Amino acid sequence: MARKFSHDVIEKNSILLLVLTLIVVAIGGLVEITPTFLIKTTIEDVKGVRPYSPLELEGRNVYIREGCYLCHSQMIRSLRAEVERYGHYSLAAESKYDHPFQWGSKRTGPDLARIGGKYSDEWHTLHMQNPRNVVPESIMPGYPFLATTALDYKHIENDLRALVDAGVPYSEEDIANAKADIEAQATPDADTDGLMARYPKAVARDFDGNPAKITELDALIAYLQMLGTLVDFNDQEKADFTQ
Amino acid sequence: MAVSSTRGSHIPGTMTTASYLVTGALVLGVLVSLIVAAKAVDTPMAIHAWLFAFALTFGALAIGHRHFDALETFKKTGETKLGYNDNVVKAGVIATIFWGLAGFLVGCYIAFQLAFPWLNLDLPFTTFGRLRPLHTSAVIFAFGGNALIATSFYAVQRTCRTRLAGDIAPWFVFWGYNLFIVVAATGYLMGVTQSKEYAEPEWYADIWLTIVWVVYLLVFLATLARRKEPHIYVANWFYLAFIVTIAMLHIVNNLAIPESFFGSKSYSLFSGVQDALIQWWYGHNAVGFFLTAGFLGMMYYFIPKRAGRPVYSYRLSIIHFWSLIFLYIWAGPHHLHFTALPDWAQTLGMTFSIMLWMPSWGGMINGLMTLSGAWDKLRTDPVIRMLVVSVAFYGMSTFEGPVMSVKAVNSLSHYTDWTIGHVHSGALGWVGFVSFGAIYCLVPWLWKRERLYSMALVSWHFWIASIGIVLYITSMWVSGILQGLMWRAYDASGFLEYSFVETVAAMHPFYIIRGLGGVLFLIGALIMTYNCWMTIKGRIRKNEPVLAGQSDLPVGAAALPAE
Repeated sequence: MARKFSHDVIEKNSILLLVLTLIVVAIGGLVEITPTFLIKTTIEDVKGVRPYSPLELEGRNVYIREGCYLCHSQMIRSLRAEVERYGHYSLAAESKYDHPFQWGSKRTGPDLARIGGKYSDEWHTLHMQNPRNVVPESIMPGYPFLATTALDYKHIENDLRALVDAGVPYSEEDIANAKADIEAQATPDADTDGLMARYPKAVARDFDGNPAKITELDALIAYLQMLGTLVDFNDQEKADFTQ
Repeated sequence: MAVSSTRGSHIPGTMTTASYLVTGALVLGVLVSLIVAAKAVDTPMAIHAWLFAFALTFGALAIGHRHFDALETFKKTGETKLGYNDNVVKAGVIATIFWGLAGFLVGCYIAFQLAFPWLNLDLPFTTFGRLRPLHTSAVIFAFGGNALIATSFYAVQRTCRTRLAGDIAPWFVFWGYNLFIVVAATGYLMGVTQSKEYAEPEWYADIWLTIVWVVYLLVFLATLARRKEPHIYVANWFYLAFIVTIAMLHIVNNLAIPESFFGSKSYSLFSGVQDALIQWWYGHNAVGFFLTAGFLGMMYYFIPKRAGRPVYSYRLSIIHFWSLIFLYIWAGPHHLHFTALPDWAQTLGMTFSIMLWMPSWGGMINGLMTLSGAWDKLRTDPVIRMLVVSVAFYGMSTFEGPVMSVKAVNSLSHYTDWTIGHVHSGALGWVGFVSFGAIYCLVPWLWKRERLYSMALVSWHFWIASIGIVLYITSMWVSGILQGLMWRAYDASGFLEYSFVETVAAMHPFYIIRGLGGVLFLIGALIMTYNCWMTIKGRIRKNEPVLAGQSDLPVGAAALPAE
């Protein structure tokens, strides 16, 4: 009979120990992660989801920069109390252009997955100035500097190109018009035909109450006001959402 | 103790081909940094490029300085034999204490920000959103990481009975890692973040960390390769698993497309559901391999050593090692219950999280039972008490974790402070206490002191920090469960009973209690700092003379680990 296996063999060979460890720790991830790229139903086939307009993208980058995701989730779980508080549970499709995702892990503040359209621009402006202006019990930090900081969108084309490399379907036309689209979306009475054709349902107006200047607050509010508004849940067959 | 050098007649510390190559690489790095600094498209990138340029310049100069220093020493002593490389471990211990204080302090501050929002000061650099990653990275990566590097470098030399491999390499690991910490921390304050929790540093910091980490792995492997013991000691299995798995997780989760080579911003290669899954595969295993496997390595060296007893069960260490590292990797999806992640993945994550309870407790039992025959030391040695209580906290939080991963429990606990409390019972109780225990062992050993300055102060540290932890986790249990229940409470007519902000207001008292708990933990760490400082200065507290048989030197009994 062959000699019984002994752990000694592994303990006496550092490279064998290393290789076996690597194999053992690789299995779980491979089995769980790989199928989500291969199984088509992982992301539902729904109408309405589109890449962010350049202004919304800049707003999203402010959201990330300030660490909003540390206190606000963007993921409504399929639980009754959540759906009643925040709206339809979140679909995977709704974050399919989110590089990176912003689902969050903590709700020190409320979920924001469907915050779009729930409050006015004026409310958001006051709220960002000092949250206790509109919600006395709030413990959120104030962000008064957003309203005074001009939005830096010199390199917006680079952002779109990086996203194209990551798989977001921005066209060459989208990239060529990126700067103009930011200006059109944040300026009242601008010509927004091109913007609307490229980014359906985009909302174009002066968001922060200061039409003279495109600020970081304009971008952030533009982003917040579109969150969760792209999918029309009255217009979708229930079967669309099965994973 | 004397371990002969493999270098023969070479004067240790002087230039070799390898050190010329490293110097060359550093100079090249300075040039690249200067080019990036000149062409940077945003301010944070410019600042970081200058930081890299200065740090790498100092690195290159330090190598040269070291050469002449070594020549001078050689003239005086004529010594070419080298013992253990303990200087880098000393540096690691000091860095651990420093970053620990910084991380705990920021933690206390942001805890009080949640109770008193005016503490955010309405400035960009001081809001909770920017300070929170500073806190988590400072404690996990700066405090925990330095503790792991220092203790692994110490333990691997003793258990292999050989000097640490590499001449400059261990120093490169130490300084390179701490440069990464500084880049990450200053980046957070400037708003540079990938927004992936515990992987916030941007692409260029990630690349730098990858280089440092590969060198760390090579140093560790090369030291194992030249060991004079036939067996690789169990602590080293855990350290090795920690190093190699963190490399895998770090590289995959940080795959991103930079906006520009000269800009700090990048976009994750993955999106939405896949990005979430990969992030929590990373995130949970940062806990599993950084905060668990690595610190189990620490436990397997310092507890037997301090107790003077062999590890309880060799067989149990084999079983729990392989099952722990296999099962941990699957547990990530329990962070995504009831989300848009496919149900099968959630269920898999939950199932494996529950199974994980067993190997976790295998480690706990092996650690605790190592005290068999030496339980009296719990009464006489406050350092052992700290180490043993850390293992008890490990057992508690690895029981709580599987419970919270059950979907029914998670529907209540997720998004609430219960999670924060759970993390801190592991971080303060397990990671904190086992590191403090290791530091209390290492300081007299490294600086060749008879004993710590004061054992009474260790007791004070232990009790103050323990009370702090209890305040922290109990307040978070109450606030978490309370908030979870308020979110789902219905009134008599079937409407949601509470508005969101009512649940926020209800948290206020618990946030104050939690903050106070954190302050106690910080006070404990300050006591430790003072105690270590006095020990390094060679002082013994007057009314605590060293009694016969109480000395920390010579260390340990005839038990494992070797040396």
